[in-house]
Amino acid sequence: MWSFFHKLGSPPWLYGIAGTILRYLLPVTLLALVAGMVWGVLFTAPDFRQGNSYRIIYIHVPAAVVALAGYYVMAIAGAVSLIWKMKMADIAMKSCAPIGAALTFVALVTGAIWGKPTWGTWWVWDARITSMLILLFLYLGVVALYEAYDNKEAAGKACAVLSLVGTVNIPIIYKSVDWWYSLHQPASIKFTGESSIDPSMLYPLLLMITAFYLLFTCALLMNMRAEILQRERRTKWVRKLVEESA
Amino acid sequence: MPLLAADNLSLERGGRQLFRDLSFKVFPGQLVQIEGANGAGKTSLIRILAGLSRYGYEGRVSRSGAMLYLGHHSAVKALLTPRENLAWHVSGEADFSDRDIEHALARVGLYGYEDVPSHALSAGQHRRVNLARLYLSQSPLWILDEPYTAIDVTGVGELETLFAQHARAGGAVLLTSHQAMAVDYPVSRLDLTAGIAS
Amino acid sequence: MNAPSTPQFCLRLLRRQLVLAIRRPIEIGNPLLFFAMVVALFPLGLGPAPDKLADFAPGILWIIALLSNLLTSDSVFRSDYDDGSLEQLLLSPQPLYLSVLSYIGAHWLVTGLLLALVSPLFAVMLNLPAAGIAALFASLLLGTAVLSLVGGIGAALTVGLKRGGMLISLLILPLYMPVLIFGSAAVKAAVIGAPAAPYLAILGAMLSLAIALAPVAAAAGLRISVDA
Repeated sequence: MWSFFHKLGSPPWLYGIAGTILRYLLPVTLLALVAGMVWGVLFTAPDFRQGNSYRIIYIHVPAAVVALAGYYVMAIAGAVSLIWKMKMADIAMKSCAPIGAALTFVALVTGAIWGKPTWGTWWVWDARITSMLILLFLYLGVVALYEAYDNKEAAGKACAVLSLVGTVNIPIIYKSVDWWYSLHQPASIKFTGESSIDPSMLYPLLLMITAFYLLFTCALLMNMRAEILQRERRTKWVRKLVEESA
Repeated sequence: MPLLAADNLSLERGGRQLFRDLSFKVFPGQLVQIEGANGAGKTSLIRILAGLSRYGYEGRVSRSGAMLYLGHHSAVKALLTPRENLAWHVSGEADFSDRDIEHALARVGLYGYEDVPSHALSAGQHRRVNLARLYLSQSPLWILDEPYTAIDVTGVGELETLFAQHARAGGAVLLTSHQAMAVDYPVSRLDLTAGIAS
Repeated sequence: MNAPSTPQFCLRLLRRQLVLAIRRPIEIGNPLLFFAMVVALFPLGLGPAPDKLADFAPGILWIIALLSNLLTSDSVFRSDYDDGSLEQLLLSPQPLYLSVLSYIGAHWLVTGLLLALVSPLFAVMLNLPAAGIAALFASLLLGTAVLSLVGGIGAALTVGLKRGGMLISLLILPLYMPVLIFGSAAVKAAVIGAPAAPYLAILGAMLSLAIALAPVAAAAGLRISVDA
């Protein structure tokens, strides 16, 4: 057990093991993505109200779900790096932020594209969209804070504190925005109510959510590998690696 | 029982090893001067010893008893008078009576300046307000980063006497300075350039 | 010469911060002046129609309160960082949580509290119906305290940076949003004759949570900033 933790603190070991995991995980992720898309787009019936345009949920919903989960992954990694001063957790936290921001952005853009045929407008101040927008701001805040510090070690700690503060706030923000929306939204044109989804549409959606989780993991591992190389660029093992690949 | 113990301290900054496996103890009655060229890591070491740097170094520091730290900045508020600066000091070290404060300010040559707004004082006088804390302090361990900056020759002499007095009374002083101390008391030297303590 | 007890020390810090603020009165006046000027912008931008302004007044007043709080947040620890007082505070044997709370408390007294006190004047200028004024005062009283606490976290995290001003807005504005929602909702409710108490209760709950947690995060932020 201890030797495992000890290895986790060793950059070359982590770099290697992340590479090995990626070698197997990447094909699986690609397969899941392709299978989920083909299933969702070609083998499900069109929605009786929205026709074919609803199919964008196979991207929109997974991106939104994983973007939110990504914030928690970032905050947990931040907490680990604060409490146990573990460098690898610091790298993981730092690597999460841009991926999470990108996924949130994808969720917002697909939401807007979906909104055009559904609501007749690109942007609606709907509760979920507004919450996603705030989530994007929270992610960008972490990225901006990290970039502002010259001392990257301090940057990691500061971002860890900020993401923990964000974690406490996200439920409050979501509930507030939800409540705010219900106050301003007449019930007759409510889109975000409980709606049942047909299992034939649900299963490909679940597959796509799984695929996005895998995609997040792959992107995280790749980002971490790049960050490890960047931080360890002066060490012997990185130089050797570069020479071998050249 | 040492007032301060450093155990295998190593620090690397910007790819340069400033010191490695540095171990030493400071006992009551000791005067320790940390020496080294600019950029040798004197301030970095002082900040680690004082507990202001908590990340980025390896090794352990343990302190017993209260500590007084004076850094590069004087921590004197221009909008407060010297008296207020000392009476409401953020370090929350002790409750000082008006008499103690006046006495301490007189010792650093600020007699008559007690209730003058500090923005009317010079940079050297700001340093002196900060140094007045030494005369008020009851902490056994003093950690001082360049205490002589902007202090004239007589002032330096008085400070050195104070340090020796403090050490004789069972305290310890650890300071950085470029100039050799001319004091009638044994001074231990810690040279960061050579990396050895003598 | 005994060490001061913790409550004594905190009161002394509070007094120190207030004296510092009072000796530079323009620092206290600036946020109020800002508030007045931005209030003047809205009739110019939206048109002077009284009913329209009255409609938007709760939101407008709350947004300006939020912005003026944002502009002053940066300064909570800034001068103490620059002159080295912050280092001394961190090394103090007193609990940092309470010291940070004293700093933020002093900040709230000279910004949020004053803003709440003068807000009825601006409310009248924006045609806010009289029924909403008490709710505006109460919601600002509670809400600006939350803003000061959350702003303190941002200030602590950016105090070591040369240009923290813009960055602090990016960090804490998203966290301000729940306060804006419930603060302006309280005023709106009072204007239409509905009870404002539930919204004020939620603001009170946010304040309790912020008092419990924000100084912890701010204290951690200060240690990081001084270390960097």
